[in-house]
Amino acid sequence: MKELKVQYEKVLLQYLLNQNESNLYIGQNLVRQLMKNNVSPEDLVSIHKQSLENILPDLPETVSISFDFLIEVMIHFGLKIKEHQSLIMRQEEMRIEMEIASKIQNLLLETKIPKPSGLDIGMVSVPVRKMNGDYVHFMHDDGNFFSVAVTDVVGKGVPAALCMSMVKYGLDTLEYANNNPSYVLEVLNRIIEKSVDDSMFVSMFYGRYDLENDIFTFGSAGHEPAFFFNSAEQTFIDLDSKGLLLGVLPEMKYSQNDIHLSENDFIILITDGVTEFKKMANFNSRSYIKELAKSIRHLSAQEMCNKIFEDLNNLQDFSLEDDFTVVIIKKY
Amino acid sequence: MRNHPTVKIVTELDIVAARQLCRNVAKEVGFGVVDQARIATATSELAKNIFLYATTGEILVEKIENEDKKGIAIIAIDYGPGIENPHKLLEEGYPNKCGESEGLLGVKRLMDSIQIHSELGKGTVIRIEKWVK
Repeated sequence: MKELKVQYEKVLLQYLLNQNESNLYIGQNLVRQLMKNNVSPEDLVSIHKQSLENILPDLPETVSISFDFLIEVMIHFGLKIKEHQSLIMRQEEMRIEMEIASKIQNLLLETKIPKPSGLDIGMVSVPVRKMNGDYVHFMHDDGNFFSVAVTDVVGKGVPAALCMSMVKYGLDTLEYANNNPSYVLEVLNRIIEKSVDDSMFVSMFYGRYDLENDIFTFGSAGHEPAFFFNSAEQTFIDLDSKGLLLGVLPEMKYSQNDIHLSENDFIILITDGVTEFKKMANFNSRSYIKELAKSIRHLSAQEMCNKIFEDLNNLQDFSLEDDFTVVIIKKY
Repeated sequence: MRNHPTVKIVTELDIVAARQLCRNVAKEVGFGVVDQARIATATSELAKNIFLYATTGEILVEKIENEDKKGIAIIAIDYGPGIENPHKLLEEGYPNKCGESEGLLGVKRLMDSIQIHSELGKGTVIRIEKWVK
C-alpha cells in the first residue's frame, strides 16, 4: 500500500508537470495494481488527496476538504453501484429461469392437432409474453368423437402457466372424447375452484364433435363466443352458451347446445386476445374477423388460421396485447 | 450496554446524529479519514433501516479492544416487525422483498464483521465491528 502511494504520487507529479498522453497511460496502468491490492475508489481519492498535499504544500484548505467530501460520496456511490449490480445479476438469473420454465411449459402443453376423417383442423396460438396463458387441448380417441377445449387463464405469465398445467391434467383425466361438454365444464370447475387461488379464473370453450352425424355440441364457461359459418346460407352464427368462468363458484351448472355441420361449414374458436383491440376503441373486431374469414374460406384450416393471425397482428402494428389463439374446424 | 453513547432514532435528523456520534468515536479510536467515512456510512445505513422499517430504535457505539488491536462496535436495536431468516439476508444474491438486505450487504462490505439477531414481532439487533488496521 505504501509503495502504491509513492508510485501514485510520482505519476501524479509527472502529469502535473507535463500533461501528455504517455503520463496518462502510465496512470491508467496503475489501476491494475490498485485492483490487485484491493484499493477501493474511496481509498484512491484519499491517496490522491495526500499526494496532492505532499506535492503542493500550499494547497488551499478548501481543496483539501473537498476531497474528504468526495471520499464520503464515493463510499455511498460504491455501495449503491454494488446494489445495482447485484440487482442486475438477479434479474439475469430470473430471465434464465423463465426461459427454462417456458421451455418446460411448451413441452407440457404441447398440442398435437388430430386428423379425424372428414374434418380439416388448423390452429395458431401465440403468447404475448414468454409463458402462454392460452391453451388448446384436442382429444381424438379412435372412436366416433373428437373434442376440443380452448382455454384462457385470466392473468398472465408464470401463475397463469401453472394454472394451465392443472387444466391440462384435468382434461387428460377425462380420458374419452365422448363426454358431454356440460359435464366436462362442471368437473373442471370443481377442480379449479378447489385448488386454485381465488384470484385465478379460467374461461373455456369446450366442443365435442360427433364424427358420424356431424353434430358439434358445445358449452362455454365465460369464454369468447365462437363463430359458425353456414356455407349454404353464407352466414355466421355466434356459438355462445351461458356459464360462469371456471373456478368462481363450486357446483356450477353449464348448459350445452348442438349444431349440425354440412360440407364447407366451419367453426372458428378464439380467445379474447383475438377480439380485443384496446387501441382501437370503436372497432368491431368480431364483424371484421367474420368478413376476413369469409374472404379466405377457400384456404385450408391451417392457412386460414395463419392468415387471420397475420392480418390482425398487422392491424395492431405487430404489438399484440394478449395471448392470441385461433382454432378452425372445417367440414369437407 | 446502557453506559455506551446512544442515539435514539425517531426522525430522519437522528440518522445524522448517529453518523456524527460514530464518526467521532471512530476518530478517537484512531481510524483514518476513509475508514471514518466507511463507519459513518455503515451507521447511516443501519439508522436508515430503523427509520424506514422499524420506525423507532437506537444506535449504540462501543470502543472495543482485542490483544493488540483497537476497534469500534456499533449496535442497532429496534423494536420493529423483525426479519425472517436474518442470516439469509447476509448471503450474496439472496432475493429480498424490501431492499433492506441490499443495504445490509453493503454494510457488511464496509465493516469487518456483522451479526444479526431477529425475532418476528419483537425486533432486530444488528452488531457491526471494525478494527484499526
